[in-house]
Amino acid sequence: MTLLDQFQKMLMTAGLPDWAAYLVPALVGIILIIAVSLTLVIIFIWWERRLLGRFQLRLGPNRCGPEGILQPVATGLKLLLKEDIVPAKADKILHFLAPIVVFVPVLMIFAVVPVSEGAILANLNIGIVYVIAISSISTIGIFMAAWGSSNKFALISGMRTVAQMVSYELPVVLSIVGVGLVTGSFSMLSIVQAQSIPFILLMPLGGVIFFLGCLAEMNRSPFDLLEADSEIVAGYHTEYSGMKFAMFFMGEYGVALAYSAVIATLFLGGWSGPLLPPVIWFLIKVVLVFSFTVWMRATLPRLRVDQLMSFAWKGLLPMAVINLVIIAIEVLVVPASMLWLMVILNFAFAAVLVLLWSRLFTLGGGRVEV
Amino acid sequence: MPIKTEPFYLNLGPQHPSTHGVFRLRVELDGEVIVNVEPIIGYLHRGIEKLAETRTYTQVIPLTDRLDYVASMTNNLAYCLSVEKLAGIKVPERAEYLRVIFSELMRLANHFLAIGAFLNDCGALATPLIYMWREREKIVDLCEMTCGQRLLFNYMRVGGVSQDVPEEFMPALKKFVAEMPKFIGEYEQLIKQNEIFLARTKGVGILPKETAINIGASGPVLRGSGVNWDIRKKDPYSIYERFDFEVPTGEVGDCYDRFWVRLREMRQSVRILEQAIVQIPAKGPIRADVPQFFRPPAGEAYGHIEAPKGNLGFYVVSDGSIAPYRVHIFPPSLINVTALADMAIGWKVADLIIVFGSIDVVLGEIDR
Repeated sequence: MTLLDQFQKMLMTAGLPDWAAYLVPALVGIILIIAVSLTLVIIFIWWERRLLGRFQLRLGPNRCGPEGILQPVATGLKLLLKEDIVPAKADKILHFLAPIVVFVPVLMIFAVVPVSEGAILANLNIGIVYVIAISSISTIGIFMAAWGSSNKFALISGMRTVAQMVSYELPVVLSIVGVGLVTGSFSMLSIVQAQSIPFILLMPLGGVIFFLGCLAEMNRSPFDLLEADSEIVAGYHTEYSGMKFAMFFMGEYGVALAYSAVIATLFLGGWSGPLLPPVIWFLIKVVLVFSFTVWMRATLPRLRVDQLMSFAWKGLLPMAVINLVIIAIEVLVVPASMLWLMVILNFAFAAVLVLLWSRLFTLGGGRVEV
Repeated sequence: MPIKTEPFYLNLGPQHPSTHGVFRLRVELDGEVIVNVEPIIGYLHRGIEKLAETRTYTQVIPLTDRLDYVASMTNNLAYCLSVEKLAGIKVPERAEYLRVIFSELMRLANHFLAIGAFLNDCGALATPLIYMWREREKIVDLCEMTCGQRLLFNYMRVGGVSQDVPEEFMPALKKFVAEMPKFIGEYEQLIKQNEIFLARTKGVGILPKETAINIGASGPVLRGSGVNWDIRKKDPYSIYERFDFEVPTGEVGDCYDRFWVRLREMRQSVRILEQAIVQIPAKGPIRADVPQFFRPPAGEAYGHIEAPKGNLGFYVVSDGSIAPYRVHIFPPSLINVTALADMAIGWKVADLIIVFGSIDVVLGEIDR
């Protein structure tokens, strides 16, 4: 029973009508989610900028507030005060709606992320499938922005987005199925409870595939093709300014935070951990995952669009399928008390598969005759 | 029935994050594949050649700084060499060594920026660039120590250099040279085996040997295609025949080879610096006796040097007055960028950016 359910029960016993007892906890939960996730997003923006600064031999923002923690607030204020420019030839409606369509699903992801035992807004029995479905809506928003702003760079970016999302959704979903097989449920709460051994150890290959797919879904380096600033200026948000741009910006970091939380939940054991309170454990894991993506962003060059596709279709997808088959067989064969055997087996399989693929598969691709 | 399609024209620049200045590319696209590239230049034209005609021979030197502002002392040197040829001036020994030292420092400075910016074009968010920038800063500090400037040095003079280096310069240079091989090795380790970097650059934007020669390309672009051509060896100027160094060449002529040639050239520059530090005479004049206003005999001279970006030539015509009658600049960037279409057609937009980055142009030089 989640905390919200308990709250609802309490209100009902206090004599409120059913509809009110249902509405009040839901509203409280929604407001909590929005407030907490937006605050976290702001903190993570600051964290990324500071960390990136360290990677790049500089300090990063350190003037606004202690250690520069208020810098994102200052940035937000600046963006708020900026003029909102809409290109003359833009599709006004799409241009206006796009930031909202990108931003809202990001907040909706947080609804199924368990912060600690029972602290979850909606304990859906299809929790993780819901995350994948909801986050795909952002792609439509990005394509709306790209099409609506009537800019050629944005259009290229929009095309890249759609291709990238369609390709990376598959390995992500397939690696999740492995989690579902072991857990016997797609509910985020049961997934965390099932992790006596963190799933990253139990199914290392699935974890890595999921992580790479998530990097592509949250448009971060080395898969940040749709806002490749050295190629297509700023991609889909080239023609956005002011608060609309801020929405994209927040949405982008929000999705990074949300996926870090999802990865922490699915593969790193969520809130579970010794000594410290569960919320702290959860935050530590999220920060670790997020910092890892920042590390990748600071050090890796970008893939080209055809290499990105072939990496998904020829690299990740077959590996995800093989991984799924292996896990399905193991779930049937290995008794639940011998999970450590699965760890050893899966590490061996992962090593063999990765080695095999690194020999057989090259990123190459290249020139087209014109 | 086939769907009716039409080419997609994209204007890259003049305001674009990776055009290395104000460069414009009119790109014809089929999806993301490049069908045609047309470079459009002239956004940074300042009329340097015409301005030079109204200034004395010495006053032209600051103008040459503004050509390749990434390695501005090499431009000074090329111009001074041409005028010295014209007027028949002999440069003192110590000045020659200082010129070589600063030329090689400039080559290092240029390649630091070239490689860093190239990796930035590959999408490695500024980190490799800033590592390179840190080292380049040390060179700029050395130059500031000598002539007080950090970008446009205006250091070389006709017949020598403007001033001697201060006492603290030589120890600082020795320290820099001693540290450099370690840094280059470290950088090599970071970049050379990066799988994504290799996938992005190997076999991309191939410039065949014959095309490179026919276009008249020079510098790392030509050497990357496997042509062993370095003016320091083939037509030695200043005192380069005294130094022992190799000319690194590539094999295929792809973006990776151009990057790899630059990185090995940096090692050779360090080698030249090491020898120059040992050989340089401790004392001596640093400038031939050339007056502020001088009149070379009527005639013409062409001097060229191996600038970091390639063959930089100055053609100077004198009519016997205190100002040159005509100064023509032969910039390597302009010639090298003509190879862009040959290299980029058939590749993707993302490749166009890194091919352009691997040529390493500077717009001050192209537009003049």
